[in-house]
Amino acid sequence: MGIFNFGRKDPKDQPSKDQPSKDSPAASTPAGSADSAEKPRGLLDRLKAGLAKTAQVLRTDVRDLFKREGRLVDEDFLEELRGILVRTDMGPAAAEAIVDDVRDRLRARVVDPEVVLDSIRTQLLARLRNTEAGLTMAVSGPTVILVTGVNGSGKTTSIAKLARMFTRDGKRVVLGAGDTFRAAAVEQLTMWADRLGAEIVRGPQGSDPASVAHKAVARAVEAGADVCIVDTAGRLQTQSNLMQELSKIRRVVAKLVPEAPHEVLLVIDATAGQNALSQAKGFKEAAGCTGIVLSKLDGSARGGVIVPVTEQFGLPVKFVGLGEGADDLEPFSPERFVAALLEGAFGAEA
Amino acid sequence: MFESLSASLTSALASLRGRGKLTESNMREGLGAVRTALLEADVAYDVVDTFLDKVVEGAIGAKVLETLDPAQQLVGIVHRELVNLMGPVDHSLHLQTGRATVIMLCGLQGSGKTTSCAKLARRIKEQGRGVMLVAADLQRPAAIEQLAILGRQLGVPVHTPDGVTDPVAVCNAGVARARKEGASVVILDTAGRLAIDQALMDELKRIDHTVGPDQVYLVVDAMTGQDAVRSAKAFNDALELDGVIMTKLDGDARGGAALSVKSVTGVPIKFIGTGEQIEALEDFHAERMAGRILGMGDVVTLVEEAQRKFDQDEMARQEERLRTGEFTLDDFKKMLQQTRRLGPIGKVLGMIPGMGQLKELVGDADLDKDMGRLFGIIDSMTPQERRNPGKVIDQQRRRRIATGAGVQLQEVSDLVKQFDGMSAMMKGMAGMGMRERVQQMQAMQGQMANPGMRLGKPKGDTGKRLTADERRKQKKQREKDLRRKRRGD
Ligand SMILES: Nc1nc2c(ncn2[C@@H]2O[C@H](COP(=O)(O)OP(=O)(O)OP(=O)(O)O)[C@@H](O)[C@H]2O)c(=O)[nH]1
Ligand SMILES: Nc1nc2c(ncn2[C@@H]2O[C@H](COP(=O)(O)OP(=O)(O)OP(=O)(O)O)[C@@H](O)[C@H]2O)c(=O)[nH]1
Ligand SMILES: [Mg+2]
Ligand SMILES: [Mg+2]
Repeated sequence: MGIFNFGRKDPKDQPSKDQPSKDSPAASTPAGSADSAEKPRGLLDRLKAGLAKTAQVLRTDVRDLFKREGRLVDEDFLEELRGILVRTDMGPAAAEAIVDDVRDRLRARVVDPEVVLDSIRTQLLARLRNTEAGLTMAVSGPTVILVTGVNGSGKTTSIAKLARMFTRDGKRVVLGAGDTFRAAAVEQLTMWADRLGAEIVRGPQGSDPASVAHKAVARAVEAGADVCIVDTAGRLQTQSNLMQELSKIRRVVAKLVPEAPHEVLLVIDATAGQNALSQAKGFKEAAGCTGIVLSKLDGSARGGVIVPVTEQFGLPVKFVGLGEGADDLEPFSPERFVAALLEGAFGAEA
Repeated sequence: MFESLSASLTSALASLRGRGKLTESNMREGLGAVRTALLEADVAYDVVDTFLDKVVEGAIGAKVLETLDPAQQLVGIVHRELVNLMGPVDHSLHLQTGRATVIMLCGLQGSGKTTSCAKLARRIKEQGRGVMLVAADLQRPAAIEQLAILGRQLGVPVHTPDGVTDPVAVCNAGVARARKEGASVVILDTAGRLAIDQALMDELKRIDHTVGPDQVYLVVDAMTGQDAVRSAKAFNDALELDGVIMTKLDGDARGGAALSVKSVTGVPIKFIGTGEQIEALEDFHAERMAGRILGMGDVVTLVEEAQRKFDQDEMARQEERLRTGEFTLDDFKKMLQQTRRLGPIGKVLGMIPGMGQLKELVGDADLDKDMGRLFGIIDSMTPQERRNPGKVIDQQRRRRIATGAGVQLQEVSDLVKQFDGMSAMMKGMAGMGMRERVQQMQAMQGQMANPGMRLGKPKGDTGKRLTADERRKQKKQREKDLRRKRRGD
């Protein structure tokens, strides 16, 4: 069962067979555990109730377009469809292209939901084609991963999740606390390192992040670690001096490990709208990003902006973040992403 | 990638130019461009729909459909309607006297709550009030430490949990301590949460019920997309928000979420975050935000500057002359000089919707210098010529003026011709509001840029050698034009 679909069930899909799995976002929401026991209803029930309500507010369920079996594909229908697509944050241009495609194929016909959905799904999957999960790993020596993104997008937490993924595979991980700017950023990563049993390399507050990155990679080489993940301070793509700092980090780590960094991940918040395009452009240019982590996909935001992002910048989405816990990371699957994007539309099949 | 509204509107409405009439049906194409621009700026889909209805209403209701430049007119209406929707502003923290005011910040993960707590604390402290921060995020690693560090930087006490695991209890204890220590404001930093996380939303409600904050602010990331309506609604339903702080506006996010959040909650946006530093908190301005959402440059700043720098008496005099049709090249020169006072013409152009394109077109051409040449031409005319250039200035006078101003003959002809067109336009300006007038002036400058560009070219270009035949033809045409004008005017 895909966590993707968690909570994305159509409210009409009554008794759900979903059980809270160990790593479902509900179970790993830290604060949820404290007071859920005192409530008459289970946490999951209450979440479900909330989600059902949300689903009504969302109005992003393509099936809602079909009151009966089959509906005439006319301009009204296409207009509603456009609304559904835009609400996923894919942007007006991508939505328009998909609507045009549906119009070309199906206009003036009475069709079943599945026919329309199929058409949309094909379109979206074609657009996400370049996207394949998985990280480039070093042939020998440590794999160096640089994690970048705008402020608060989820970089540090995503590092914790990646570290958990690697340590679970028995790999040795060194973390580099490259955010020497934000208050308690180092402490935050340190707490994760302690929890995950990863080694952490730190520098003094305000010190040059490139030197911390250098130290971290050097330590990984020396200790024979498999992976070195370097955190960076949040920055907006418009701050050219800070963007140059990322290029410097790249250069510095490449001196120690010629192929490094093997991956430069851009963490994009799923709640982000069209600005994510500017983010992808800026970070790709300045930091040479190789892939995307789409964080916070456990919320009500759909993250549809990655459709134009992957298309325009050829950046594959590698992982999705589905919660605040270290286990809440999944490899990106275009099929599941598209299914979740179009919501309960595939509920019956999924 | 982010085509600005003015650019797309200008092209969408290009076919209307010159016909000068905006009706509901031909506005449709323009509204399509507005819609796309708003969606690209991340205004929520349904909010855009409602908004466009209002725009149509406003356009018709205000009887402003007759205009010389439909694109600019429409941008003006859209802008005004955006301002109406995002206002009125309220920058007050509504601090109580005689007892401690409690302010609670809430919002999605990573939106900027903790940083904004510190920014607010700084602002309040600067007003000479005692303020205390309460670290009620017991969830995110090092969240408490983050607030503690910020508090130390500010010299503001921070109440930390100390073994307590329930955020409600922490808030209660924090407020009690603040009251005991006589702080006049307490700011609660809560953990980030998803609007659909019922358990955590309930927790917020419990803090709300137990502590009863005076002000509850939602912190929203300016980069937020369509989800803004959903989450803002959920937070407002749970807590009855009193205000919104929009963060991270120091980047290039268009910030359409501001409109979404305001429409769905009705709650004013109070402050904006413009940087990571604790000083980077500013009052929210609906006008500026509207310009930003539309990607149309800082019209507001321009209008403000215009209001400050324009000589109001002179404007009134000119307006009177416009109305009575006595507008002369002298008046025109004064007007251009006033506009010029706003700054380098190139910069002024860039601040105006639709004019950005022109600026690119002109490139590095020195518009100010060209403007100087125009003034030179006007200065070389007799008062009579300035009063009635179209009628008085014949070929001989043209030659004299050109020599006097040290320009090509053609440049004088161009100015005379352009002025005829412009004076008609300026008559239309009489009785306009300040913003429309400024926009009109820019349109004029746009026209001026044409001869201006020619003026800027190397001499050889302007004095294109004509055959005798061509010259004859031209002369005939000019005389024909002149006759027609005399009859017409
Ligand atoms: N619900 C949810 N929350 C997340 C996810 N990823 C991160 N967060 C939360 O988002 C907030 C910001 O995450 P961080 O990892 O600190 O973000 P960051 O990019 O390192 O932030 P800065 O270093 O300040 O720029 C924290 O409260 C995280 O717990 C996710 O996938 N889902
Ligand atoms: N550029 C910019 N960054 C900001 C602004 N406000 C906050 N930030 C940054 O955004 C990131 C997240 O800010 P926090 O204050 O930690 O956000 P939060 O809402 O408390 O996050 P959680 O507690 O994890 O939910 C940090 O890197 C801040 O420095 C702003 O106005 N501009
Ligand atoms: Mg971080
Ligand atoms: Mg915080």
